[in-house]
Amino acid sequence: MANEAVKYVWEGAIPLQIHLHKSDVASHPAPPPALVLAPRIGYLPLLIPLIKPYFKDSLPPGEDSIWFDYKGVPLKWYIPTGVLFDLLCAEPERPWNLTVHFRGYPSNILIPCEGEDSVKWNFVNSLKEAQYIINGNCKNVMNMSQSDQEDLWTSVMNGDLDAYTKLSPKLKMATIEDDFSRKASLSSPQSRQGVTETDVAGQVKTARIPVRLYVRSINQDFKNLEDVPEIDTWDDISYLNRPVEFLREEGKCFTLRNAIESLLPEFIGDRAQTSGEERSRDDDNTEEADGLLREMGEIKLARIQGIEMKLEIPFSWVVNNLMNPEFYLHISVLVKAPQR
Amino acid sequence: MNSGREVSDGRLTVEGFSVAARAFADKWKIHNQSFPPWSWVPLINRTLHLSNQEEGYLSLEEILILSSLEESPEDESLNVATDCLEKEESVDHTILVQNQENEAHYYDFHIVYSSSYKVPVLYFRGYCSGGQPLSLDVIKKDLPSCSVSLLHESKWTFITQEEHPYLNRPWFKLHPCGTEDWIKLLSQSSISTGCQMPVDLYLVSWFSVVGQVVGLRIPLEMLN
Repeated sequence: MANEAVKYVWEGAIPLQIHLHKSDVASHPAPPPALVLAPRIGYLPLLIPLIKPYFKDSLPPGEDSIWFDYKGVPLKWYIPTGVLFDLLCAEPERPWNLTVHFRGYPSNILIPCEGEDSVKWNFVNSLKEAQYIINGNCKNVMNMSQSDQEDLWTSVMNGDLDAYTKLSPKLKMATIEDDFSRKASLSSPQSRQGVTETDVAGQVKTARIPVRLYVRSINQDFKNLEDVPEIDTWDDISYLNRPVEFLREEGKCFTLRNAIESLLPEFIGDRAQTSGEERSRDDDNTEEADGLLREMGEIKLARIQGIEMKLEIPFSWVVNNLMNPEFYLHISVLVKAPQR
Repeated sequence: MNSGREVSDGRLTVEGFSVAARAFADKWKIHNQSFPPWSWVPLINRTLHLSNQEEGYLSLEEILILSSLEESPEDESLNVATDCLEKEESVDHTILVQNQENEAHYYDFHIVYSSSYKVPVLYFRGYCSGGQPLSLDVIKKDLPSCSVSLLHESKWTFITQEEHPYLNRPWFKLHPCGTEDWIKLLSQSSISTGCQMPVDLYLVSWFSVVGQVVGLRIPLEMLN
């Protein structure tokens, strides 16, 4: 039985208002935009069967090669929809206005997409990579029967958490547990009984967690999120596909902040204090600490599954509750660049 | 964490990759002078304007490739002809012989470290002199025929089009599946102390296999 948080994650959705690009409009008047509710854990190409009927009468003759853009930025179709939204809309825009194109695929920028097959391939590949990171090998995914793999993918496509929960134990993904997490495992209790060999790593001192970190940086402080400048290209974003080494130390909580900082060591530097309270208590060092902060830069915002995370949250809880179905944790981060 | 001096499980740490990369580039420069040298590209975090000298990837770019109509069976490597005018031209190491389509094909190769799999991965792309990317079908025509059949038959080596991990563009990637297994096999056959392989030799050994898939061979001297 899945826990509450995972249910919310699976039910999360973004209202989209999808406009047909004017160069693809061959009818008069131009068709109105399509309103679609997109699952956060889903992918844009999977919405095409929903979207196309709205526009098919307006399209010029020829073959379709479908892609989306947000304010001119072509959207990478293999990134889950919720992650794209969290990353590209500093101030959440509801509905999210996207443009769909049926022609002129920018193949010099975007890798090709042949509909559902491409998305599925990408999903399975990411799942293998995540399993390799967590378990040290991807044999469980590789050994999964074709029909089980199909069913797993279908459960993700349909947002069917119950079906997914029945199948995911076959992956035998190791879990992380520490004193700060609920002892909620990624696989269901009953499946454990069937496991004869110890594929599950169980409690380990260090574990590797699959993380995809998307970093946007700004140079100045902002009062409101709507003041954050927009992205012009993907080059404005730093993308890190890198596992976090989860460290378990006696009595210390490994937080989300620790996890993010471990991926951006050159940015954060050696910081002794981790909380605002500690800084203000130490009057002598306050000014010095502020000066240091200004130089080092700061994490202004970290979003996972649309939630603005408190950085001191135990990372184990985040991992056990907010991962995507392919076992990756996608974290969108807004940082203030170090002042030089 | 081991010192990174030796590899025993077929996998590399990120520090080990840095060491192995420099060793590989140095040996290549000495023993493979018919090619330009590999360069180390440090990772620059664009948004944070910080460069991390310790992490990066190896790059070999603008290799002029030609495919001849007749292939000599002994030499199953790309026909990158050595330039007999090399002494006069200080920059250009390669000379072009027209390929089948009478078009210059250029290739870029990047050796990138995968933190997920802890092994190196080869990315490459081909393009015309105008910069237009070459499709995989066209690229396969440039590869020696044994490479193409290797790709078809082997489940360990296949090429997919994926986004370059750092450049936001589609590149071709040679899949790392099973890398650590055959690296271990290579270590077993060459070193007497179990499966230990000195880090310096990792990329040389790796490339001796992987390079062949894309038609790039390395001279045997590099393996010493």
